[in-house]
Amino acid sequence: MASKESMELRGVIARNQRWDLIVGTVGLLATALGVIILTLLFLDLVLDGWRRLTPEFFLNFPSRRPEEAGILSAWVGSALVMIVTAFTAVPLGVAAAIYLEEYAPKNWVTELIEINVTNLAAVPSIIYGLLALGLFVYILGFGHSILTAGLTLGLMILPIIIVATREALRAIPVAIREAAYALGATRWQVVSDHLIPYASGGIYTGVIIGLSRAIGETAPVITIGALTFIAFLPPIPFSGDPPAGPFDWLFSPFTVLPIQMFNWLSRPQSAFHVNAAATGIVIIVATLAMNGIAIWLRSRIRAKLKW
Amino acid sequence: MSEQNNATIVSEPLKAETRKFNFYYGDNHALKNVDLPVAERMVTALIGPSGCGKSTLLRSFNRMHDLYPGNRYEGEIRLYPDDVNLVSPAVDPIEIRMRISMVFQKPNPFPKTIFENVAYGLMVRGEKRRSVLEEKVEEALRGAALWEEVKDRLDDLAFNLSGGQQQRLCIARALAADPEIILFDEPTSALDPIATASIEELIAEIKEKVTILIVTHNMQQAARISDYTAFMYLGELVEFGRTDELFVRPRKKQTEDYITGRFG
Repeated sequence: MASKESMELRGVIARNQRWDLIVGTVGLLATALGVIILTLLFLDLVLDGWRRLTPEFFLNFPSRRPEEAGILSAWVGSALVMIVTAFTAVPLGVAAAIYLEEYAPKNWVTELIEINVTNLAAVPSIIYGLLALGLFVYILGFGHSILTAGLTLGLMILPIIIVATREALRAIPVAIREAAYALGATRWQVVSDHLIPYASGGIYTGVIIGLSRAIGETAPVITIGALTFIAFLPPIPFSGDPPAGPFDWLFSPFTVLPIQMFNWLSRPQSAFHVNAAATGIVIIVATLAMNGIAIWLRSRIRAKLKW
Repeated sequence: MSEQNNATIVSEPLKAETRKFNFYYGDNHALKNVDLPVAERMVTALIGPSGCGKSTLLRSFNRMHDLYPGNRYEGEIRLYPDDVNLVSPAVDPIEIRMRISMVFQKPNPFPKTIFENVAYGLMVRGEKRRSVLEEKVEEALRGAALWEEVKDRLDDLAFNLSGGQQQRLCIARALAADPEIILFDEPTSALDPIATASIEELIAEIKEKVTILIVTHNMQQAARISDYTAFMYLGELVEFGRTDELFVRPRKKQTEDYITGRFG
């Protein structure tokens, strides 16, 4: 039988364990709250908009008549802007991260740059829009174009890519670097033969997280003057008469999905609100798909790395 | 204090030699006036308690300290027959690392295939011919007593090998570059006794062709595999001698205390 001492101990343990139960329950509720709200929001969008998700919705230009209106110009615009964004932000971000992590001397200048990069990630996106309006639209004369939008969003996600790449580089053990250096590799050989391949999972993740943030951005794209109603596509290279140049599409006016959605939401007719909900579904699915690809790529590359 | 010149203890030709060698990690004076001769095609063991500077000394031989800021060499490490001071700023550490390979404490294969691991030292030199790479990889894997175990799966990832196999792979990687010296930094400390025995056997074979400098925590290991032993303590080389003499008749009290297990 339990002695008096052990009965006392059990009382103490039970009291201590009560806190485990409380913290566990509160934590579960907090976690569930986020998931539930997200699910409800998405369900609400789906209930409102699923009827409009027909093939025509993707193939039609916007229109005065809500039933005929579609998101062709918006999703093509979003896709092209994302291409420019990726081509700008990935090389710049990866190069900056490699420099900071592998080449830069560890002194106060580097530290200042690092703090700045982290701070840039916290700058509100509309500030990037204002910067781009001055720099790309007026000073460099790129106009209210796909190029301007892509560069703007590229700058905006640059810190995300830099931070993700640096973390991926830091996760590579010193022993692997030393093994390569000990065989007479130069810094660049270590970077290109080892560090970039081993960090690629983390780099892809950063790129895709960055792009999935960029694809939903509205404020900076409005600031630089994206159109809200557009019934034509950017010129396809070498098509038309006279034939378009290979890069003419970069200077074309455009719109993107969130702007199209915003435009429809601000109309009084409720039929347009259905279109907006349908566009919202498209944006969320695109974002979730990108995140899914990021997770898949990371796990596939991680499977090959054991340390 | 006048000392017997360590170099005169060695009867073979020297492959390398440190002279009044000092090393600093920033303000930390980690090695003090070390005079260590390294006999050609012999095994020289560095022993001593943790923090005595034996790994620091080993890593000076391939200029690994150059990778990190704030490190400073003083004095000389002469490499023969060229008779160059390999820690001189005028000497390119990359050339030194191509001539002096290293095997690390924990097996550290690249997350690449077995073939790519062994061939990497050659690829760094711009060797691209498949036939040359294949020949050298086989030779190195045979040299590391690993060929029979992996010849049918050269394209497997190196991580799929056991710990002992991985360490032999790292030895093959070091051998493939035809080094003049191989530095071993406690190569068996992460291995089980059976894998340890196979690595020791391998070192005895490799020394036919290559000069070996090995750091070990394990005095029995030093006694088993080395021809010369240097006992280090607090950054100084306390005693250097033929292994059979140093372990039987140490000249210094500190050496005797250490090898008899009175401290360490």
